[in-house]
Amino acid sequence: MSRYFTKDHEWIDVSGETGTVGITDYAQSQLGDITFVELPESGASFGAGDTASVVDSVKAASDIYMPVGGTVTAINEALADAPELVNAAAEGDGWLFKVTLADAAELAALMDETAYKAYVAEL
Amino acid sequence: MSESDTPEIEDAEPLTLPLDGWHRARGGRMVPFAGYWMPVQYEGIIAEHTWTRERAGLFDVSHMGQLFLSGAGEDFQELDAAVEAVLPIDLATLKPGSVRYSLLLNDEGGILDDLMVTRWDSGLYLVVNGATKWDDIGHLREVLPDEVSLNHMEEPALLALQGPEAVAALARVTEGEVAALTFMKGGAFRIAGVDAWISRSGYTGEDGFEISLPGESAAAVADLLCAQPEVKPIGLGARDSLRLEAGLPLYGHDMDEAVDPVSADLAFGINRRRKAEGGFPGADRILPLLRDGAPRKRVGLALEGRQAAREGSLVYDGDREVGVLTSGGFSPTLGHPIAMAYVAADCAANGTGLSIDVRGKRLPAQVVPMPFVPHRYHRTGAVK
Repeated sequence: MSRYFTKDHEWIDVSGETGTVGITDYAQSQLGDITFVELPESGASFGAGDTASVVDSVKAASDIYMPVGGTVTAINEALADAPELVNAAAEGDGWLFKVTLADAAELAALMDETAYKAYVAEL
Repeated sequence: MSESDTPEIEDAEPLTLPLDGWHRARGGRMVPFAGYWMPVQYEGIIAEHTWTRERAGLFDVSHMGQLFLSGAGEDFQELDAAVEAVLPIDLATLKPGSVRYSLLLNDEGGILDDLMVTRWDSGLYLVVNGATKWDDIGHLREVLPDEVSLNHMEEPALLALQGPEAVAALARVTEGEVAALTFMKGGAFRIAGVDAWISRSGYTGEDGFEISLPGESAAAVADLLCAQPEVKPIGLGARDSLRLEAGLPLYGHDMDEAVDPVSADLAFGINRRRKAEGGFPGADRILPLLRDGAPRKRVGLALEGRQAAREGSLVYDGDREVGVLTSGGFSPTLGHPIAMAYVAADCAANGTGLSIDVRGKRLPAQVVPMPFVPHRYHRTGAVK
């Protein structure tokens, strides 16, 4: 399994055709206390860069973009009652949704963990 | 991710306030606000919000404008008359050491700012909003007679200590009977060896105090207060969520020049004698609205679920657009989102069921009384 990152602070774990999407720990630390996560519907299809989800913090609502194109196969049901899970474990139990990738070649446009860490260090 | 509600971009490089280094050393996340670098949060907005509701929070509000009006004769009658021509306040009933909420109005009855007026022995002390203070000063210089001198007190810092344990913490470190003050009363005290003007007032709905003191002493006093076990520093983020729960409007969001005090539900800022006599800016427009009611009104809305609606979201009664949100967010105390909105008068009654458009989705909301969270002011005659 490989993990990729976007410049907008989403991550995607890829295993074969399936990807799991979330926001990075850096993203949750910038957003502050998360109070609600609006998740996509299972079966919805999005292109790379489309808004697939919205994360509400006490401060603001933030769009979450699709790292690569795909179709949603599952959402993290635990976030409905416990959105703070994204603060506590953004890159683990606080994942947002799973997708079937439309075109694995799109992953080439994303960063690996080393590149993302270097990117965040510059912010 | 990208924040769709980013703060306003400031044109000029923000200025720094006396506690700038103090905030940074304490881990405050600094953002531009009202032309200054200000701490938006320390450990997190919800933790700071809850701490203030349960214990005591220290806020730096030194960006606010502190003004002093004096002159025009020794008995203050001329000063009072000049100020009453500008503000809808009854200064005959404002005793020394008393604080009163008032409104700076334009000739059309629009709200230029809201402010606190305190009678000092030497004149009138005004605290105005940070973002509007320069316009306020220009306006006051223009409309007040030359005999009234306006001093912009740029040196002093302004701190607010808010929460149920504020009185215990402040009384421990202050010379003088600061605990004897009641809501909207103030006096001169000494804290950490410096002279301070302290009033029992604030912007959170909690009991608490506002402390005007020399800027050069602000860090020492902030250190002393935060050394008390009840006290932590609190950022602007929690200040906003606390004031929203308290139903307190924020200038530039919940009211502005385009809004009159009746629609804004701030008619209490026009004192009784002035409502009867008129003679204040905008009275020709405001007095009929007081008598007949305004076509729209600022109300509180409670939302179900957890998804918040923000400033600018439209409000509907069925398919009819009836208003717009001016503030909104998740209430940490109540555990659901709340909002302030201007809605048509026929939709303003408590219990009215409305809906709010958030990115194409309609969130159900109900008109509810404000404050959303009860005020806990220490009023005259209140049982301790």
